[in-house]
Amino acid sequence: MDWGDRLGRLCRSTLPGMKKLARYIALGAGWLSRKLGRGGGTTLPGVVMLKLRPKAVAELSADLSHGTVLVSATNGKTTTTRLLGAALPAAGYRLVTNAEGSNLERGVATALLKAGDADLGLFEVDEAALGAVARAGRPAVVVLMNLFRDQLDRYGELETLVDLWKGILDDLDAQSEPPALVLNADDPNIAALGQGRKNVVWFGIDDTTHAISALEHAADATTCRLCGTELEHSAVLVGHLGHWTCPTGDAIRPEPMVAASVIELAPAGQTVTVAYPDASGSDITSPAAEISITSPLPGLHNAYNIVAAFAASWALAQRTGRAQQPHAVADRIGATAPAFGRGETIAVRDKTVRLLLAKNPTGVNQNVRTVLTEPSQLHVLILLNDRTADGQDISWIWDVDWEPLQPRLASLTLGGDRAWDLALRFRYGGFDMDVVTIEPDPAKALDTALSSVPIDGTLHTLPTYTAMLDVRSVLTKRGHTGEYWSEES
Amino acid sequence: MSSHTVRLCHLYPDMMNIYADRGNIAVFRQRLAWRGIGLEITEVGLGDTIETDAHDLYYLGGGQDRDQNLVATDLVRHGSALCAAAEAGAAQLYVCGGIQLAGHSYVTADGTELDGAGVLDLTTEAGDSRLIGDLVIDATLSGETQRVVGYENHVGRTRLGSGCVPLGRIVNGNGNNGEDHTEGAVSNHAIGTYLHGPLLPKNPWLADLVLGWALEHRYGQPVPLDPLDNKLEHKAHETAVARANRKR
Repeated sequence: MDWGDRLGRLCRSTLPGMKKLARYIALGAGWLSRKLGRGGGTTLPGVVMLKLRPKAVAELSADLSHGTVLVSATNGKTTTTRLLGAALPAAGYRLVTNAEGSNLERGVATALLKAGDADLGLFEVDEAALGAVARAGRPAVVVLMNLFRDQLDRYGELETLVDLWKGILDDLDAQSEPPALVLNADDPNIAALGQGRKNVVWFGIDDTTHAISALEHAADATTCRLCGTELEHSAVLVGHLGHWTCPTGDAIRPEPMVAASVIELAPAGQTVTVAYPDASGSDITSPAAEISITSPLPGLHNAYNIVAAFAASWALAQRTGRAQQPHAVADRIGATAPAFGRGETIAVRDKTVRLLLAKNPTGVNQNVRTVLTEPSQLHVLILLNDRTADGQDISWIWDVDWEPLQPRLASLTLGGDRAWDLALRFRYGGFDMDVVTIEPDPAKALDTALSSVPIDGTLHTLPTYTAMLDVRSVLTKRGHTGEYWSEES
Repeated sequence: MSSHTVRLCHLYPDMMNIYADRGNIAVFRQRLAWRGIGLEITEVGLGDTIETDAHDLYYLGGGQDRDQNLVATDLVRHGSALCAAAEAGAAQLYVCGGIQLAGHSYVTADGTELDGAGVLDLTTEAGDSRLIGDLVIDATLSGETQRVVGYENHVGRTRLGSGCVPLGRIVNGNGNNGEDHTEGAVSNHAIGTYLHGPLLPKNPWLADLVLGWALEHRYGQPVPLDPLDNKLEHKAHETAVARANRKR
């Protein structure tokens, strides 16, 4: 047995002070890794800590007097966690969060190692990692927002995740203090997860003025989970989210307690009126108060993120008995800029690059709707990689409804490792290939795309995750400005 | 401009579409349109009937388990109609979940046995792990062998009977069951395969072969297909093959 094994055994033992020792070793490993220039700051300490103390998440979160708030979803978990990260300190919580780091168990453990005097954990959690984190993390609030088809090669089918989440909620309900569940009433799968549970705060979008005419091609939850009958929708809002009902009468969209009652969309953001129960009233199950949130985040999908964050802060106040501070919370939510690659804009000399992360069909359909709110002719760059973090199965690009872009396109540049697959998607989608340029190399693709954009114009860039990192690294290396054009000519 | 038309019967398009099956339909439509040939699509859903002799081409894609189970029960009603159409030389393409439902039976992970349409002489059982990844095969059809590339993601292990032959031999990936190096199944003009990606855009040879069968069924004799520019298709094909050969 080498010294590493001995140390591991020692740290896992119940001797006093071992938790502390493990903590120092884990943090030291992270420090060393950064010093050696090997990165790993957001995961390595957690990896080491979980190795030394497999129950680290439970042990470390025991120090948080209010427990944790967990946010999971296919789409919107990063943004919603970011909104809550801005809002909850306004209600007096001292947060520890993984908002800038990994959303797996090791990322949560890494964040917890640096909890300091925090009294509340706020964690974005990967859909498949939710079980490990929720069962250990003493959640006070669990926010479940949606499930869409995404990276089938990694997560498996939607059904697998729905079943997994049901098991988690059953276990949490059996705890002595079950968490408040903040659930999206507009997603039939999420609604089914909350059926029959007492501690649910439903949220949703009541305003149907931005509804689309029919379910998108990529819609997933189209049949009733109880009887298999095709669901009917009086309004489709995002993907399969909307106002749904089973014609046999055995399931219907729950009435949201916290709802977006009016949404005004603009190209660079929106104003959302949120109706919520006034805690001072006697009936806290239905909305009584209203508050207006003006946000720079575009699109209906972000309206869901905004209302989910507000609902979570409301549910947390109910749980901890602390005042919610609705106005301060709303102001902080409204003041939050887009998260990394989720609609952020980067100035490149006299042009703008807008990054809209492309992860899955429903998310990209939303991005397409957002891009279309721009009044002028469109310049679009799409970058498709198929590395592990992107999902290796790229067939999802065929499920995206790209077609509404076609009449508005001035230029379309296709790049990334699988640029040629993108080219086929547009060729067989009947696009005018004369406006299309194919350039797999991300730096060259960016240059080519930007060269078509007029001064003061915007390049709408839709990259998969690793392609976004590629683009950002190109932009960073060039200092966002500098000799952009001379490099190409 | 020819006045030819192919009549496509698309089985359960709303439920069996998880691996971008719409891409295969788009390839049918466009590769015919570019040659001045029309495509009429009849969509068949739960409870609908299939008109006999009304279609030259049948397509069934893959679905999530829950939808696939609902479809399996319904599809059995069409077993004899689909077998008769296959017998008469209509082209049929069963992809992913489709190949499982086109066989005699499918035993799910919980042991439930679902009857299939019985068009292809094969049976499928759920395995204990999913077979996921790039899939490259050498496919042999109409006496010609060509490399075909795509992606696979299935829990089913399929074994062929003597009434059909494999679509191809594995170059890279798992295929029917991860053991016998076979992929897919062919009987007359009916093809079953686990290849998606989707299958047809990157494999225009296969697309045109299937369309040729459909036209032959419609008009009783081969209808020559004008050559198309497949430059983009070949680039995407080469990239995918290279990707599969590289260890990830």
